[in-house]
Order: sequence, then C-alpha cells, then structure tokens
Amino acid sequence: FSLNSFFTMQGPVLQQQPFNTPEEKPQFPGASADFVERLEFIQPNVISGIPIYRVMDRQGQILNPAEDPKIPREEVLNFYQKMTLLNTMDRILYESQRQGRISFYMTNYGEEGTHMGSAAALEPTDLVFGQYREAGVLMYRGFPLDLFMAQCYANADDLGKGRQMPVHYGCKDLNFVTISSPLATQLPQAAGAAYALKRENNNRAVICYFGEGAASEGDAHAGFNFAATLECPIIFFCRNNGYAISTPTSEQYRGDGIAARGPGYGIMSIRVDGNDVFAVYNATREARRRAVAENQPFLIEAMTYRIGHHSTSDDSSAYRSVDEVNYWDKQDHPISRLRHYMVSRGWWDEDQERAWRKQSRQHVMEAFERAERRLKPSPDNLFSDVYDENPPLLKKQEQDLFQHIRQYKEHYPLDLYEK
Amino acid sequence: MLRVAFLLTGVGIPFPQFSFIHKPRVTSQKRLASHFTFQPDPPPSEFGSTQKMNLFQAVSSAMDNTLANDPTAVIFGEDVAFGGVFRCTVGLRDKYGKDRVFNTPLCEQGIVGFGIGIAATGATAIAEIQFADYIFPAFDQIVNEAAKYRYRSGNMFDCGRLTIRAPWGCVGHGSLYHSQSPEAYFAHTSGLKVVVPRGPVQAKGLLLSCIKDNNPCIFFEPKILYRAAVEQVPVDSYYIPLSQAEVLQEGSDVTLVAWGTQVHVLKEVANMAQEKLGVSCEIIDLKTILPWDIDTVCKSVVKTGRLLISHEAPVTGGFAAEISSTVQEECFLNLEAPIARVCGYDTPFPHIFEPFYIPDKWKCLEAVKKMLNY
Repeated sequence: FSLNSFFTMQGPVLQQQPFNTPEEKPQFPGASADFVERLEFIQPNVISGIPIYRVMDRQGQILNPAEDPKIPREEVLNFYQKMTLLNTMDRILYESQRQGRISFYMTNYGEEGTHMGSAAALEPTDLVFGQYREAGVLMYRGFPLDLFMAQCYANADDLGKGRQMPVHYGCKDLNFVTISSPLATQLPQAAGAAYALKRENNNRAVICYFGEGAASEGDAHAGFNFAATLECPIIFFCRNNGYAISTPTSEQYRGDGIAARGPGYGIMSIRVDGNDVFAVYNATREARRRAVAENQPFLIEAMTYRIGHHSTSDDSSAYRSVDEVNYWDKQDHPISRLRHYMVSRGWWDEDQERAWRKQSRQHVMEAFERAERRLKPSPDNLFSDVYDENPPLLKKQEQDLFQHIRQYKEHYPLDLYEK
Repeated sequence: MLRVAFLLTGVGIPFPQFSFIHKPRVTSQKRLASHFTFQPDPPPSEFGSTQKMNLFQAVSSAMDNTLANDPTAVIFGEDVAFGGVFRCTVGLRDKYGKDRVFNTPLCEQGIVGFGIGIAATGATAIAEIQFADYIFPAFDQIVNEAAKYRYRSGNMFDCGRLTIRAPWGCVGHGSLYHSQSPEAYFAHTSGLKVVVPRGPVQAKGLLLSCIKDNNPCIFFEPKILYRAAVEQVPVDSYYIPLSQAEVLQEGSDVTLVAWGTQVHVLKEVANMAQEKLGVSCEIIDLKTILPWDIDTVCKSVVKTGRLLISHEAPVTGGFAAEISSTVQEECFLNLEAPIARVCGYDTPFPHIFEPFYIPDKWKCLEAVKKMLNY
C-alpha cells in the first residue's frame, strides 16, 4: 500500500463517533442478548438434567392417558414380534461367532425398543443413516432374515457383495444407507442428504442414529451445526447406553448428556426413556412431523443400557459389574415392558409367548442354515465397484490375480466361492 | 555461497519496521518475479464460441454451465456465497438462488460429509475447500467414506456426484498453509479421482468432467494461475477426458512429466534444453493424478529413453515416486539413465525461502543435463 494511505489512516481512527442511539442495547452481530452488570458464569445443570420422557412404567402401565399413542393391537404385536425376533437372531448369531462360524457380531440387547419405536414413527421412504446397533430399524422395515445372515456370512446373497465386516448392513430398497465402521461420519452426511431431500420437496425426512460415544467425534459437531444453519429436515437419534466399549459416560462428557448440547446448536431437543417403545415412538413421530413441516433438525436422546458386550471382541465384565447388567436385563427391559403392556390388555399370554419363541427361533435357524450352506461371492467382486468402471490398472491387477490363482489354486479356498 | 547470494540480493535482511518512511536502505525489496511464464493453449475451435478468461473465470464458467443444466446441482463451502475468496463463484448465487450456492459453517469435515450426503441422494454436490492445505480435517470423510462408499455397499449407494474443489500449489508467499500440494496423499486412495489443470481451458473442461463423472473427484486449482493465466475459453460446456495425459510437445531425447503450474516450468526447461544443450524434450501434462495415464507416459519413455518428473510437493512419497517406479517396471529395457525426480524438498513449505524451495527451471535444467551426461 502507498505511504499516503498509511498516513491518512492515523488521525481519525482514534476519534470516537458521537452516540446516535440513546438506549444501551448490545449491537454485536454474533448474539442477540442483553447486557448484564454482574459477573456471572453460566453454570451447567447436570445434577437435575433434561427430564426423561416416558409413556409407560416398568410394568407396562400407561402413565398419562393423554400421551398414549393408542397404537392398534396388530401394530403393537408387530413391535413385539420384531423386537423378540431381533433378540433371537442376536442370540443365535452371537453364539455362531463364539463357535467361529462368523468372524464378528454385535448384539442389540436392551436397545430393541429404540429401534422399533423410532422406525415405526417414520415413513418407509425416510432415509436412515445408522451407526451399527440399529438392526431393528431394518427388521421393522422388513429386511429378510436371509439377508441379515447373508451379510454376516458374507455369502453370495449379500447385497454388499461380502466386502464389509458383519453387521454392516445396508439396503437401497428400504432406504437404509450402508453402515460403515468409522464413527459419526454419517452425521454430516445425513445432514447433507436431508438438505438434498428438502430441495426435492418430496415430504421426506432423514433419521441419523449414533451412540453417545460417537457424539464426541468432530463429525457430530459438524453434523449438528450444519443441520441447524442449513435448516435440514433431520432427526438426530442418539442411543445413550452408558458405555462406549469400556468407557463410561463420565469419561465421555461432563455436560448433561447429549440432549443438552442440542439447544447450543439451536436444535429442538428431547430426552426419552429408550426402554419405553411408546415414548420413543411419540418423540420420533412428533420430531418427524415438525422436521418436515418446518425444515429444522430435531435431537432425540434415548436413555438406555447396553446389556450385551460391546461386540464379540469384547468381554464387558472386565469393566462393569454383573449386577449392573442384570438390573437392566431383568428389571427394566424394553421387551419385557412391552410384554407387560400387552398382557395387561389381554393381547398376549404365556401360550402365545411360547409358540412365538419357538416359531421365531425356527425361522432364524432355518435362515442361519441356509446362509451357512451358501457359497461366498465370486472373487471378481474384489475388484468391481471401486469406481463405476474399472480403470485399466485395476483390470490388469484383476487379470494378474486370476492368472496367479490358476497357477496356485491349491493354496486358495476356491471351493468356498462362486465361480 | 547461499549466504552470499542472500546478502547480494537483499532478500533475507531483516526489514526494519517503518523503514519505508525513510529512503529504503536496500534496493530490491519488491516481491520476486514469478517462477514460470504461463503459455496459453491455442484457442479451442471445436467447442463453439470462446471468451477471454483467466483460470478463476473458467472455473466459474464451468459451475455456471453446471447449475444451468443440472437442477440438482449445488455449490457450498466457506465464503462461496459472496463470490469466494478467489472469486470463483461470483454472481452464481444471484443467478441460481441461495439454496443452490450457499455458505457452510467453517468446518471442512462437515463440508465433505455434507457433500457426500447430498451426492448419496443422487444430487450433484460441488464442495469447496478454501485451500488444499485445509483439506486434511476432511481426510477421514474423503478416504474412509467418499472413496469407499460404492465399494462397501456393493454399489447400492455411491457419492459419485460429489466434486471437491480446492485452490492448490505455491503462490509466492503462501508459506506452510497456503502453498501445499497434497495430491500424493489422495493418490493412495482407490475410489477417488484426483485432477489438476494447467490453465483456464483445461480447468473448465476437466472440472466439467469431474462434475459429470460418477465417482468422487478432487479438483485442485493452481491458485497462482487464477489471475495470471488468461486464454480463450469456450463459453458452453465441454469435457476434457479424465485419466488422459496430454503430450504438449513432442521430443526425442527426454520425457518431462508434470501437472499444474509445473507444466509451464517444464515448457521453459524444454526451450532452454534445446537452446543450451541441443536436447529435444517431450513434455507431458499428466492432468489426472488418479487413476493416471500410464500408457501415454510409458509410450513416451519407450521413445526417449529418459524421464524427468517434477512436482512442487515434497519428494519422499510424492506422486513422482509412483510414476518412476511404474515406468521402471514397464520400460526397463528402454531406460538409458536413472529416472530423475525434481521436486520440493522434504520440509514444510517455507515462507521467505520459497525461491530456494521450489523445483524451478534451473533445477530441472540441471537434472536434464545430468541425465543426458549419464
């Protein structure tokens, strides 16, 4: 810059303009607030946090009739059967991992209510982004047992072509975006998808599930903030089950859980009893209605408890007591709570329970055996879909592999794979 | 010797504050002349009427064509709404609406994640990262998510409609965080396409191809060329194919490969080599880093028997290593000298030492000379 402009900058800069507004009102662009004349730090309220919304008690009794969603018998039976079917599938696949028949598994014990209640409150066309412990959402949408099994066994029926670890489900037809392992990456993606759906103007919403541990990732911050500033029709659904592998929430955060962060981003937020399928349903249904109507994000924090181990690679007794786990398994479980509700209405009894247990177990075992007998996908699936079309280098690598296999075929498990 | 050079030119002498009020004590405090001379492409005739554009205007024109032809397309990033800090999005918001050209919060991982989400619904997402130096917060979203979206879902979901644009390369005084050339980090990631143009015509045609391509693309714009490079650019849409290198000048003694601004450096090197050494150089603009055009480069080396690769990025782990290794595998019997890599040093990109850091024409010429005398 020139010397002249340097000198002219000097004088007037230090002179103050006369006031032209009489009242003392803050004019800062960054916030809308009044002045205060006393020094006071805002204290977080963690002892008495955001209350936990519930509709029925642990005995399945509706607490406030005005909040009863009055879901018809068939649909409640559907909730119950899918929660228990998921539970049965979990037990069988967990055991199959223990026997070395699949490489990995993650159960949904204790969180079945959050899946079913929220999935039921959505439209089937709403797009779902998940973490990995939301298999019940797919089950609610009608994902067949055979395809759950196909993914875990990575057999030739797997829609994902056997490329990802077990429980990384996805289904285009059911609008369930394929799961990936990196935590919280789906949050800003879900916000972007919601933005695109808003522009399509098709009355669709996005729901994005994540655990309270994943909420510590930078991507969670990104997703919340983008969804708010860009006015996206999205429901952020946090499963706060108390643990991220071995890390208790006291080492995960010091605020009032995840729900308390929502208002900081300008997001409408609520905390619900995740073991109360009706509370989850009500909150999700209302959030969905308003998210689509108002193009704004909602945050639901479902309080629950991770009854199972984190995964088959984890023994949770190394960091928490059996008593603690038993309390949630025996005293406050989403499945037993819904059963109490159904029994008290005369919609369910011991005989039906026994028959359904037997029937669901049989369905799962049949699918399990079919999946296990099935061949793996052909090894050429190793190379496809990296790009929409294989570049020459990749084609060459594919040819190299097949030439190599032909020469050394006895050293590779070719008989397990489709030709 | 270097120290002497410092004192003679005056560069590196501490500049006393406010000394410019008095008569300057040193004679040469002007910013250094640019290290390259931009040479325009011949005006393309096959794509209709052209207009004089610099590189930022060519980029803007590509996005203008896209928004006009594709109603799903949106542009977003930090400060794109008012036209962008490099003027690449000027006027687009007024023309196409604020739901299509909009600012995001200042968060690169958010920008790329958000773009992936848009693309996953099938809409066209053009994300801007303000400087390539600031793409690293989004590395996870690019490498673990964008690049693997199609593969991991068995082709049920993809984010092929995503393009990430970012200003790239040295700019004379950008120092550590406004100069970087991070293409090699991404070259190690299957599923991505990485593209760098050398001028306005290339920028528009390659960017439109990236946007149209059904794979996530990173498009690095040499920011030193934003204003410096001016040529006739077609006004309508046109597409320059990805993964195709271009032989800019045929030669018989040595093959020179570069991309971005460095192509212009090598053009000068070729002239100098011809004049001073009587050496005939073949110049190749690689254009697409991933997946790169192995055939064109190898065909050239089979002919010339010598290869020099030059890039601004540091040498160790730079993309020249990949080219060098591949050419060595494919052209072993044709090579008459070791392959030369003239690159940035293995240091962060420095501020005041930039003239010494970059692989300028003198360093490249010296490498050519050594190769010929091998």
